[in-house]
Amino acid sequence: MTETASHGQAPRHIPDRLQGPGARLLKSWELLLFAVAVAIFVANSFASPYFLNAWNLSDATFNFTEKAMIAFAMALLIISGEIDLSVASIIALCSTAMGAAVQYGAGTPEIVLIGLATGLACGAFNAVLVTKMGLPSIVVTIGTMSLFRGISYIVLGDGAYRGYPADFAYFGQGYVFWVISFEFVLFALLAVLYYILLHRTNFGRMVYAIGNNATAASFSGIRVARVKFILFLLTGLMSGVAAICLTSRLGSTRPSIAFGWELEVVTMVVLGGVSILGGSGSIPGVVIAAFVMGLVTFGLGLLNVPGIVMSIFIGLLLIGVIALPRLWAMWRR
Amino acid sequence: MTQFLKSREAILSAAILALLMLIASRFPAFVAPSNLARVFTDTSPLILLALGQTVVILTRCIDLSVAANLALTGMVCAMLNATYPGVPVAVILVLALVMGAVMGMVNGLLVWKLNIPPIVVTLGTMTIYRGIIFVISGGAWVNAHEMSHAFTGFPRAELLGLPVLAWIAILVTGLFFLGIARTPLGRAFYAVGGNPHAAVYTGIDVGKTQFMAFTISGMLAGLTGYLWVARYSVAYVDIAGGFELEVVAACVIGGISIAGGAGTILGTLLGALFLGIVKNALPVVDISPFWQLAISGTAIIVAVAFNTRSGRNKGRIILKRAEGHA
Repeated sequence: MTETASHGQAPRHIPDRLQGPGARLLKSWELLLFAVAVAIFVANSFASPYFLNAWNLSDATFNFTEKAMIAFAMALLIISGEIDLSVASIIALCSTAMGAAVQYGAGTPEIVLIGLATGLACGAFNAVLVTKMGLPSIVVTIGTMSLFRGISYIVLGDGAYRGYPADFAYFGQGYVFWVISFEFVLFALLAVLYYILLHRTNFGRMVYAIGNNATAASFSGIRVARVKFILFLLTGLMSGVAAICLTSRLGSTRPSIAFGWELEVVTMVVLGGVSILGGSGSIPGVVIAAFVMGLVTFGLGLLNVPGIVMSIFIGLLLIGVIALPRLWAMWRR
Repeated sequence: MTQFLKSREAILSAAILALLMLIASRFPAFVAPSNLARVFTDTSPLILLALGQTVVILTRCIDLSVAANLALTGMVCAMLNATYPGVPVAVILVLALVMGAVMGMVNGLLVWKLNIPPIVVTLGTMTIYRGIIFVISGGAWVNAHEMSHAFTGFPRAELLGLPVLAWIAILVTGLFFLGIARTPLGRAFYAVGGNPHAAVYTGIDVGKTQFMAFTISGMLAGLTGYLWVARYSVAYVDIAGGFELEVVAACVIGGISIAGGAGTILGTLLGALFLGIVKNALPVVDISPFWQLAISGTAIIVAVAFNTRSGRNKGRIILKRAEGHA
C-alpha cells in the first residue's frame, strides 16, 4: 500500500541502466511512448501497402481525435485525483439534445450551442455531486453514466434522430486544406491550449498540487473544491465538443452512440503516462498516446482485424505499459 | 432492535416493501408467491455477482471484469457442450468455477504483485476477456438446439418449488453470511478495507487478501456464466454486456462503501433485490424498459449520497463485537 502511495509523488521512470547526461530524457515515459508510436508506424507501413497514403492517414486521425479531445480534460481531472466515467454518456445526451433541437428546426449555430450547453450542464451535475456533496467521483460518475445515457434511451428508445443541416456536417467531415481535417486542426489547437493550461499556468500547478496532496494544497491556499469543479466542467464541455464532431461525422444520433468510449479515453490518458492515482502526467504524453492508439486501430483495421479483437490489443496495451516496467524492476531486484 | 431500525438495511427493506405495495395496489398478481419466486430467480445472477463484488469492494478494490468473465466462461461451457454433448453437468460446473477463478486470479495477481490500481487492471481485462470470446467463437452464436437437455435443464430444474438457479443463489448467500462473519478471511476483508496499515500490523497480508477477493469474485462470475448461458439457452459475444455496472450498483445501493471496509451481506442482497424488482416491475406497470438505465443510475446516486451522509461521523469498525457499543 505504501508503495502505491509513492507512485503518486514522482513522474514514472523506466528503470534501466542508463547514466549521465541525457539519461533522464531517455528514461522519460514520453520518449518510450514515442518510440512505440514510430515502431507501430514502421510496422504498419510494411504490413499494408495502403498505409502510407496521405488520405488513408488522414482518415486514421478520426480514430482518435474525438476521444483525445476528452482525454485532455480527463488527464487534468485524473491528475487532480478524480475521474469521470460518464463522458461517453454525456456524448450520448448532448447528441440527443442536438438531435431533438433539429426536430424543432434549429440551425447549425443553435445546435452547436445546445451541444456545448448540455455538456457543461452534465459536467456541472457531476461537479456538484462530487465537490459540494463530497461524494466519491468514481461512484458518482458510474451513476451518471447510467443516468445520462438512460435519459437518451427514454427520449429515443430504439429510434434515431437524423436530418442534421448540411452545413453542420463540416465539423466532422470538413477539411481545412488538402488532407488536414477540421477535427485534426481542432485536436492540435486543443492540445496546445491544454499544454499551456497544465504546464504554463498557476491553474496547472494547482492541479498537480491537489493530486499530490489535497490537504496540503488546501492549507497552502488553493481552493480545492473550486479547481475540481472547473475540471469537471471542462470535461463535460470537451465531451460536448466531441459530441458535436461525432454527431456531425455520423450524421445521426442513436442512444448507443459512443458506447464504451469512457474506457478508451481512460486508456489513452493512462497510456500517456498519467498516474491513475493522481499527481503526475503530461499533455505531450497524452498526445503521443492518442497517436499510438489511433495507429494501432488503423493498422489492424487495414489488416482486416475485427474491432473487438483490436480491443484485446488496447486492453493488453493498457495493462502492459504499466506492468512491464514494474516487472522489469522486480526482475532486476 | 432500535439499532437495526436506523440501519441502512432497515431503510432498504422498507423501501422494497413500499415498492411492492405500490405495485400490488394496481397489479396484485405481481406479489403472488409464484411471481415473487420468478422475480427472485431472475435476480439470482445479479445476487451471485454482487456478493463477489462486495468482498472486492470491501478491500478497497473494484472488479469491472465480472460481466466479461461471465460471458467468456459461459461461451466456453456452451461450446464444450455443443462439441461434446456427453460431458456431464458436474464437470461443466467444475470447469466454470475453475475458469472463473483463474480469470479472477489474473486480476488479483496484477493488483497484488504489480500494485496496478484495480480499476485499470479490470478495465483492461474486461476488454481482453470480451475480445477472447470473439476469437474463440469467431463471432458465431451457440443456439439452443446445439445444447444438450441436461446442460440447459440444470438451472431450470425445480426443487421444492424453486429452480436450481434460485437455490444456488440462496446457498451462496448463506455461505457468505457464515464466511464473512465466522472466518478469519471474512474479517480480513473488513480489516484491509477499513485500515490497510493497521491490517498489516495485525499480521494480515493486504495484497493477498485482495487477491482472494478477486478470486472469489471471478469464481462466482464463472459459475454464473454457465448458469446464465444454460438458462437463456444461448451464448454470444455480447451476453451480459454492461452487467458489471448493475452489479456495482447493487452493492452501492446495498450500502457497501466504495472507500472499503463498510457494508453487509444483507445490504448487498437487498440492493440486488431492489434492482431486480424494479427491472421486473417496469413492464408490468407499463413503463418502457428503456427507463431502467436511468432509474438504476438515479438509484446509485441517491444511494451513494445516503452512504456518505450516514457514514460521515462514524469511525470505521473492524471488530464485529465492537459494533454494538459504537
